[in-house]
Amino acid sequence: MHSGKITPGTSDNLSLDQSIRMKEGTRTKNMLINVGPSHPAMHGIIRIIAELSGETIMNVDVEIGYLHRGFEKMSELGQYNHVIPYTDRLNYVSPLINNFGFCLAVEKLMEIDTPERAKYIRVIMSEISRITDHLTCVGASAMELGAMTAFLYMIKAREILWELVEDVTGARLTISYGRIGGVKADLPEGFEEKTKSAIKETRNVIREVDGLLTRNRIFVDRMKGTGKISAEDCIGYSITGPFARGSGVQFDVRKANPYLVYDRTEFEVPIGDAGDNYDRYLVRMEEMEQSMRIIEQCFAQMPPGEVQSNLEGFSVPADHMVDEAKMGRISSFAGGEAIADPTLEGSGKRFHPMIKTLAKDVSLPPKEDAYGNIEGLMNHFKMVMFGHGVKPPKGEVYFPVEGANGELGFYVVSDGTDRPYRVRVRPPCFTIMQALPILLKGGMMADLVPTFGSVNMIGGELDR
Amino acid sequence: MSLSEEVSKRFPDVVSQTHQKAGDETIIVRGGDGILALTRALRDDPHFAFNYLIDLTAVDYLTMGVQPRFAVVYHLFSLEKNHRLRIKVPVEESNATLPSVTSIWPAANWFEREVWDMFGIHFSGHPNLKRILMYEEFKGHALRKDYPWNKRQPLIGPVN
Repeated sequence: MHSGKITPGTSDNLSLDQSIRMKEGTRTKNMLINVGPSHPAMHGIIRIIAELSGETIMNVDVEIGYLHRGFEKMSELGQYNHVIPYTDRLNYVSPLINNFGFCLAVEKLMEIDTPERAKYIRVIMSEISRITDHLTCVGASAMELGAMTAFLYMIKAREILWELVEDVTGARLTISYGRIGGVKADLPEGFEEKTKSAIKETRNVIREVDGLLTRNRIFVDRMKGTGKISAEDCIGYSITGPFARGSGVQFDVRKANPYLVYDRTEFEVPIGDAGDNYDRYLVRMEEMEQSMRIIEQCFAQMPPGEVQSNLEGFSVPADHMVDEAKMGRISSFAGGEAIADPTLEGSGKRFHPMIKTLAKDVSLPPKEDAYGNIEGLMNHFKMVMFGHGVKPPKGEVYFPVEGANGELGFYVVSDGTDRPYRVRVRPPCFTIMQALPILLKGGMMADLVPTFGSVNMIGGELDR
Repeated sequence: MSLSEEVSKRFPDVVSQTHQKAGDETIIVRGGDGILALTRALRDDPHFAFNYLIDLTAVDYLTMGVQPRFAVVYHLFSLEKNHRLRIKVPVEESNATLPSVTSIWPAANWFEREVWDMFGIHFSGHPNLKRILMYEEFKGHALRKDYPWNKRQPLIGPVN
């Protein structure tokens, strides 16, 4: 370990050698306590070395990297579309936002636009993810303070929302739903009604939890005044998202650099002022309500599109079509439509233009074409073979989106081939973790857990 | 006049090129020496007011055939002016050192540690430049293009 003077405000100059200091004449000494990595509140991937004087935290050192999987290195190996499943594993509580963030970066590099409906679908799915993320964060923080009931209520609501995600993407966590140029498939039948009832249910849960926590004496005493950070420190440490807004920093990427259709929806950005755990809790609670407002507006504005199950006339199940096509017997269904499950098989031909850009060098052709005619087959192969695929022009872009924890940015460098030359993700909780010593210093040891909970540290994006 | 051109006009002996590809304002500076003065001025000048260091990373141009080999990339954001700027600093492999900007934005501390860890670019004046994502015993810098992706460096040897 590096040795040097201990100065407040920086995270890394704790010296283990010097930290056990004997006071003259007395027999008190500071104690080093090691929290994590195998500690239930540290998610198994964070090590916090705290120097304690009695129960007061004098100094803190944070160690990260236990979940490093080499996301950026692996992204350089495959094609552009191969990065999308990796992005699911960045912030695994709101994976859809990561998917769309990467797709938007590549689309900016290629200067292509996506169909309107795809934009609305992306916003709806992003906001559902934001709610699930905040529910997890608030619920888990409350649970760590002993409020098990609030946790279970919020997980119940998250379950309802994850069912929606499952309906659309076919998976709950590793969704891989975004595509360069659009989304994988259209929304399933009856999705709007289901979402509206899920929103109603979530509102009930939030109201219940609000009644249980917001004026709860124990909860308020633990949250108010702990884990404080000023707006200046937030800016200096490059902290964004609900964390910075809790300190009064008026910054939301959806307002500052509107992308997709956020400029067509009305929503408020809640701002706190104390910068403590309690204000961050209030900001997250309000943001969930605002996300639900955005979803409702998107459904009202979204251009209509039928969904898969209303196919009329002659139609063939996709798997049957594949088997026939493998043997070259395509004449029987040359003019027909495939019945494909939108979540698993991809989108059907007639919905393709609504959710994917029609640029042939960007999005995969509909399955009916890939299996049904030689042009579609060739287009499909030209998209999936190494040396072909999506080929953005030489250049570099940075695209920020508002992740659940703050600004999530993708910096993509292209050398003109089908593989990304460099993919860099700017993880929102990386900068918050860096400021953790400021939040913890001078506080009590017992406040470490709620403060760390309000960071909403997500190991997947922190360590990549 | 675009933002990058304004910066270039203001610091003509530091900035060598500007471009606005895909709408991203980019300036390329001549070398690492002027970066401290440039970034401090960009932060403090009320016309630019770049109070956020949004991201700091690097690119290894080994297989792309760009000289010099590395570029360190700063992404700045101004809350007040709501504009963004990318600064690219070319870095030679033989002298892979840049002045640290931790004194200007404390956020640079971990970002620079990550660049050191992944690319082996040294930041002079950094308070605590050590590996952040990899472990201390790790040899090499994983995001360099000549580091094999499948190389393994287990901390413990095989059992038996």
